Amino acid sequence: MSELNKLTISDARDGLRKGDFTARDLTDACLAAAAGSEKLNAFSAHTPDRAVEMADAADARLKAGDAPDMCGIPLGIKDLFSTEGVQTQAASRILDGFRPPYESTVTSQLWRDGAVMLGKLNMDEFAMGSSNETSTYGPAVNPWKRKGDDAALTPGGSSGGSAAAVAGDLCLAATGTDTGGSIRQPAAFTGIVGVKPTYGRCSRWGIVAFASSLDQAGPMTKTVRDSAIMLKSMVGHDAKDSTSANLPVPDFEAALTGDIRGKTIGIPKEYRMDGMPQEIEDLWSRGAEMLKDAGAKLVDVSLPHTKYALPAYYVIAPAEASSNLARYDGVKYGHRAKLAPGDGITEMYEKTRAEGFGDEVKRRVMIGAYVLSSGFYDAYYLRAQKVRTLIRQDFEKVFADGVDSILTPATPSAAFGIGEMADADPIKMYLNDVFTVTVNLAGLPGVSVPAGLDADGLPLGLQLIGRPWEEGDMLNTAYALETAIGFSSKPEKWW
Amino acid sequence: MSIDKETARKVAHLARIAVAEEDLEPLAGELSAILGFMDELNEVDIDGVEPMTSVTPMALYRRPDEVTDGDIQDKVLANAPDTREGFFAVPKVVE
Repeated sequence: MSELNKLTISDARDGLRKGDFTARDLTDACLAAAAGSEKLNAFSAHTPDRAVEMADAADARLKAGDAPDMCGIPLGIKDLFSTEGVQTQAASRILDGFRPPYESTVTSQLWRDGAVMLGKLNMDEFAMGSSNETSTYGPAVNPWKRKGDDAALTPGGSSGGSAAAVAGDLCLAATGTDTGGSIRQPAAFTGIVGVKPTYGRCSRWGIVAFASSLDQAGPMTKTVRDSAIMLKSMVGHDAKDSTSANLPVPDFEAALTGDIRGKTIGIPKEYRMDGMPQEIEDLWSRGAEMLKDAGAKLVDVSLPHTKYALPAYYVIAPAEASSNLARYDGVKYGHRAKLAPGDGITEMYEKTRAEGFGDEVKRRVMIGAYVLSSGFYDAYYLRAQKVRTLIRQDFEKVFADGVDSILTPATPSAAFGIGEMADADPIKMYLNDVFTVTVNLAGLPGVSVPAGLDADGLPLGLQLIGRPWEEGDMLNTAYALETAIGFSSKPEKWW
Repeated sequence: MSIDKETARKVAHLARIAVAEEDLEPLAGELSAILGFMDELNEVDIDGVEPMTSVTPMALYRRPDEVTDGDIQDKVLANAPDTREGFFAVPKVVE
């Protein structure tokens, strides 16, 4: 039973219900794997005592025949989710020592359904980054390596710890959050499945806010079926988040028939970028062919404002962040700078934030303050909000023409080396989000599916974008794609 | 749009982030590069386009205006760096 940590959620669920093993066995296997994973730096906090307690409670429920699908499933939780009494600091120094006195809605629903918390997972500071290198805990490391090359690679970001933990079988699945691609890009970099639901599907309450009109929580799992199972537990209306949608919770797993005959898949020409590696282009064409072979109809579509999504995002997200992060002032929680004699409250704010925030967070907070400042608001922020309308309309037109899902590459490259982008300007790093960011701006659901390995032996992902609230249909197409691709590669254990 | 050292100083103060004098010049350069990237948005014809202010077009959820929470002073103060007599404590604000 030493390999229980390698199970999928669906296999573990079935095994638990049959009594092949207990939730405690499963949790012990994951705790052992997590304890031996220091080199991956995926965990920011381990909670073994709580895990064992939760596993025993899950076993009692299983015995009583009252076990939801997630009952007894060991999870890792991104450090952005508030977990009651457990270190939660959004990978930032400014939240040093913060122990939330409350639980986020998403995690409380997972615990309601019997899931088990193994600990908290590393990420980019305040979810700002694409390589996990902005974390105050230091970068998480990708379990994958290039063939014949020992260089440490990034698992992507911002949900890098979540991706590394799932790909490295330290847990069965993990929570992530996605503001511009922070679930889908790391999922693609590590050969796992990551889902960003429709905006409003998951409550944002208790998740440390980055850009409130873009943030969504979602599952990061080993298979599409696992994402469908876990997503069902995470979603639902929450009166504590005014943007949470009051819609019934669908059975996403029941939507996975694998039958996509008659579905229309859009291939957007604007996603064929200059300088895109041939491997990614080929992967995309192969994915499209597979969907066609499964009975779907392919159509060329145009999303003409795609090119403007990144600049619009890098106005809107920092603007919202500068407002959201104003609460870190050294008064209510976290770090406060040591003050010099005579320092007043302004010095306290300025020194605390200078010490507590990392460089990328400072940069974005200042950009946000600038684009919102009087004299520049119309030129930057208001203009970006108008471009955002046009980006959403691009998708609305395509969906109105009968397209069910849109297929694109997930990322413009495979995982890169840690430190490789250190001297690049910040915009180079921002380009990681080029295929994913439109989905956040338009509030749509998206999923990254592992689709193959590149010449270096690193995983690459394809992205499907669905209609709003049609995660079930989108996941069914993803399931058909996953089945056709048959991706089964795993990183070799070196850590 | 390019940012000079004085604007960088102003932005840092707006954001309440202390920046050392010698770091202002490089900061201005970095911020300028990012703003230059955003200037691409000027190519877009936005005449008559409404700004996107709500992600999902739905009526805002309403609830009765009543107290559902409270009496948790200890919890509210538990994470504060400095508290006194049931309040957050900060340096002197008024002389």
